[in-house]
Amino acid sequence: MKNIKTLLLLLMIVLLPFQLYANNEKKGEKLDIPEIVLGHLSDAYEWHITSYEGKNLSIPLPIIVQSKASGKWVCCTAESLPKPFYFDEKHHGKIYEKLADGSTVRPLDLSITKTVAQIWIVVIIMLIVFLSCARWYKHHDDRKEAPGGFVGMMEATVMYIYDDVVKASIGENHSRSYAPYLLTVFFFILTCNLIGLIPIFPGGANVTGNINITLFLAVCTMIAINLFGNKEYWKDIFWPKVPVFLKCPVPLMPVIELFGVFTKPFALMIRLFANMMAGHAVILSFTCVIFLGWSMGVGFGLGLNTFSIIMLLFMNLLELLVAFVQAYVFTLLSAVFIGLAHKEEEAE
Amino acid sequence: MDNLPSILTPDPGLLLWMFLAFVVVLGVLAKFGFPVIIRMVEERKNYIDDSLRKAHEASERLENIKQEGESILQEAREKQADILKEAAGTRDAIVEKAQEKAREESARIISEARIQIESEKQNAVREIRSQVAELSVQIAEKILKEKLSTDDKQMELVNRLLDEVSSENKKG
Repeated sequence: MKNIKTLLLLLMIVLLPFQLYANNEKKGEKLDIPEIVLGHLSDAYEWHITSYEGKNLSIPLPIIVQSKASGKWVCCTAESLPKPFYFDEKHHGKIYEKLADGSTVRPLDLSITKTVAQIWIVVIIMLIVFLSCARWYKHHDDRKEAPGGFVGMMEATVMYIYDDVVKASIGENHSRSYAPYLLTVFFFILTCNLIGLIPIFPGGANVTGNINITLFLAVCTMIAINLFGNKEYWKDIFWPKVPVFLKCPVPLMPVIELFGVFTKPFALMIRLFANMMAGHAVILSFTCVIFLGWSMGVGFGLGLNTFSIIMLLFMNLLELLVAFVQAYVFTLLSAVFIGLAHKEEEAE
Repeated sequence: MDNLPSILTPDPGLLLWMFLAFVVVLGVLAKFGFPVIIRMVEERKNYIDDSLRKAHEASERLENIKQEGESILQEAREKQADILKEAAGTRDAIVEKAQEKAREESARIISEARIQIESEKQNAVREIRSQVAELSVQIAEKILKEKLSTDDKQMELVNRLLDEVSSENKKG
């Protein structure tokens, strides 16, 4: 098992430069590191794998756009994008539509982009993993044997999150109804984070480092907190237990508390996004340092290569940890906030 | 704002797909995935707790049974000692009684024997006496026959007898 992990890491380190090297070739002479890093972090309309001598090897992904002008749906790939649409370089290669009067608008874009494809891959992995685990229980007598191997590992992880995070934060009464959501969130973020560290096809897309994903997850948590919050929770927001002058003539505390309702999920959103995005950016930057070094001469190349390979190894290991920690933190804080929305019931 | 990198701009398409994917995975896993695992693990946990409690109870019961057995054994031993003691007492009593009876019996037999011996003796004495009397009569007869074989002697005797009788009469 250890060997496999080491091999994977080595593979990551070895393959990342190739991918970038290919990009570099295509663009030509000068390295534009911010643009390369941002390009790898961004969404794309095709799944780029590698380039060799000017030829791109990439998996085409379906583009689905609705024209603003005619209202017609167009379904194609990046190669065969029809006329009024074009990839706008000024907007980081997003699809835009040229209208008759010469102005450009963003059409309704429901394309299966790289990120979307990655999300579905994660969804399929999760479904396979957990449904096969659930199947194991159906075919075995839980009184006679406990699962071992992979099912045992998944069971241990699920129960770790359930017991130490969900139950500890929400309490016995409600933990059962929130557990599926929190566990799904945890494993979704964890799978996205881990698969994002693999540099080639089935992984590599920056999902959790995209604000849309964290925004969606944060909104889900906000709904989960506020939709089922009990009377005590709302009373604490609008009539908290503070001296009356803080809330009566000018509702200072209620305003602050109401603000808190939105800042909590906002903090969740930014934390996950920034951590994952930064992690990817640092790994990509260190990879770029390899090419920067070589472009400055052999001496620089060897020196910087050694340095950046060590740093890459370190960063990849760190990212493995961060992948888990961020998923854990998001779940833990969601659970704590949900627990706060049910607090008085616990006391009774 | 317009030119922010795509990872920083909300994108309705991506949000929609994310929503769909998340709803699918949440829906399926909330129904068939996590609750099954959690329920099974908790069932197993309860079963293990139950088994542990039962084992504990069983060992306690075993301990009780052991103690009970020991107390029963102790009681049996005491009872055995009592019975032995009683038996010894009874035996002693029986032996004593038997001895007493034997003694009485022997005394009775001895006394009976003595009585019989006494009566036998008296019978014998009586017989002897009668025989002796008879013999003495016979002897006397013989002696008389011998002594009175001559007339003189007969006369002498008659005289003496007459003397005797007359002296007796005188006396009387």
